[in-house]
Amino acid sequence: MQYKSQAVAKPYFIAAIGLFIGQILFGLILGMQYVVGDFLFPEIPFNVARMVHTNLLIVWLLFGFMGASYYLVPEEAERELFSPLLAHLMFWIFLVAGALTILGYLLVPYATLAELTGNELLPTMGREFLEQPTITKLGIVVVALAFLFNIGMTVLKGRKTVVSLVLLIGLLGLAVFFLFSFYNPDNLVKDKYYWWWVVHLWVEGVWELILGSILAFVLIKTTGVDREVIEKWLYVIIAMTLITGIIGTGHHFYWIGAPEYWQWWGSIFSALEPIPFFMMTVFAFNMINRRRRNHPNKAAVLWAMGTAVMAFLGAGVWGFMHTLAPVNYYTHGTQITAAHGHMAFYGAYVLIVLTMISYAMPMLRGREAAPSNRSQVLEMWSFWLMTVSMVFITLFLTGAGILQVYLQRYSDEPIPFMVAQDKIELFYVMREIAGVVFLIGLILYVASFFVGSRDPEATVAAAGSASA
Amino acid sequence: MSQAFTKVMARNIFYGGSVFFFLLFLALTFDTHTAWPDRDNHENLTGTVAQGKHLWEVNNCIGCHSLLGEGAYFAPELGNAFQRLGGKEGIKGFIMSRPKDGIPGRRSMPQFNFSPEELEAIASFLEYVSGINTANWPPNIQG
Repeated sequence: MQYKSQAVAKPYFIAAIGLFIGQILFGLILGMQYVVGDFLFPEIPFNVARMVHTNLLIVWLLFGFMGASYYLVPEEAERELFSPLLAHLMFWIFLVAGALTILGYLLVPYATLAELTGNELLPTMGREFLEQPTITKLGIVVVALAFLFNIGMTVLKGRKTVVSLVLLIGLLGLAVFFLFSFYNPDNLVKDKYYWWWVVHLWVEGVWELILGSILAFVLIKTTGVDREVIEKWLYVIIAMTLITGIIGTGHHFYWIGAPEYWQWWGSIFSALEPIPFFMMTVFAFNMINRRRRNHPNKAAVLWAMGTAVMAFLGAGVWGFMHTLAPVNYYTHGTQITAAHGHMAFYGAYVLIVLTMISYAMPMLRGREAAPSNRSQVLEMWSFWLMTVSMVFITLFLTGAGILQVYLQRYSDEPIPFMVAQDKIELFYVMREIAGVVFLIGLILYVASFFVGSRDPEATVAAAGSASA
Repeated sequence: MSQAFTKVMARNIFYGGSVFFFLLFLALTFDTHTAWPDRDNHENLTGTVAQGKHLWEVNNCIGCHSLLGEGAYFAPELGNAFQRLGGKEGIKGFIMSRPKDGIPGRRSMPQFNFSPEELEAIASFLEYVSGINTANWPPNIQG
């Protein structure tokens, strides 16, 4: 570790992993409810488990982004973090606010939570992914601003690199577009239209800038390729991201009451959205092939390659599959959407955070560059188990989705939703089994931090033979 | 990438492209606002409908159902529930008749114990939603 204050990243990463475990456990509950409809009913109804599942995902990814920023910005800026104390303080505020919100979901009925938190004063609750009580949302804004201030001051006072600049633009966009979560008009069409300014412009916009910059940082560090080359790639990738992704928002406006020309704008531009993801794949593999040195942390390089491939598959390929308006007319709001959502979030954002944790954690735990051999082997096992099971989760949901579309919307005699759901149950059983394998992968991931933690560091040659 | 294509060029494409397409997005959004009065069924957006939307939100209905295709996919689409369930009375009847402990082995909707006024508000909200011009989506009555 080059700068002492990079250490503030550690609690952020630990919290991220902890919340990730919670997310997966609730994912398994949800998967079970798809198989046994009244599982845990009425104690934990589906909607509550789903809120916990999706909100934990968002919160732990944010913890991951913040931890990644605290780790990489001092190194890029070549100076200590502006205020480690503020970073620590924000960590606890965010963790406590997050935990209280999740407990609120679980312990009281949602309507009671809305009442207790004064939702009446500024109603923002009850919209997908933005279920947090208004006071939690305000807390998120405070934490985001303090975080941006801390990171921004560090960048301003130090060396300004493309990596840190792109990260900063991404984080700024994240904070700015979140403000649309406070706009909740009675008019449902307007509500939905601007809801996408948070959701789409986050995950298919500014979050990709954060993703790109973290990936660029890890590639600079692990491959030793000239920074100039990597930064040029980064600019081209994020340029394509925003050029395609901003108007690409239109693929959400087809059926919510917006004018029909959005079917053209949305189809054309979102059909181009896979391009930046494909470029990211080419970029990562190119840089690794042209590496000037072998990094002893093979696991981190594996996560980075995984990110590049899985983001393209999940966000790019599975996104394109149902983005053209004539196709989306049939697939909109089915298990096809769920399939895409799972692999895109895993491939792009889960994997980039795990890449960064894999790269940074050895240094945060006092090592030179890499965990021990045994630890890395376990970590790579966890990568493959989680990634392969996520591929199967996605395939089973896609199968379910195709059948659902046919039975309920496409055949000559469409059948009711619940009747169709019964007919595709087998796919939900298979998905749940794949989910259990994912959990096993996650358990191995956690174990990799403890197994071999007293062994000596992996060296380049030894790590090479371990992965062979 | 080739040497002729420099980092500065890449940077300019990023800034120029992003700003241009964001401005285009704002222009299209402005035009969308002007098109809405003919499509968004605002003339039927009464106080009762607004109350219904509020109830829809604070009971997290979107956590199981989809509305105009957005939300969760655990329970049926409700953008056309007004037509599918046979009007407001059908909607109210369905919500009222949910058993407290669910239906054994089946996906179960909670019993929310709504008052008659609340039921009227929710049904009115769903009626209003069903009048939004959604470019003929969903493809059929099954949602």
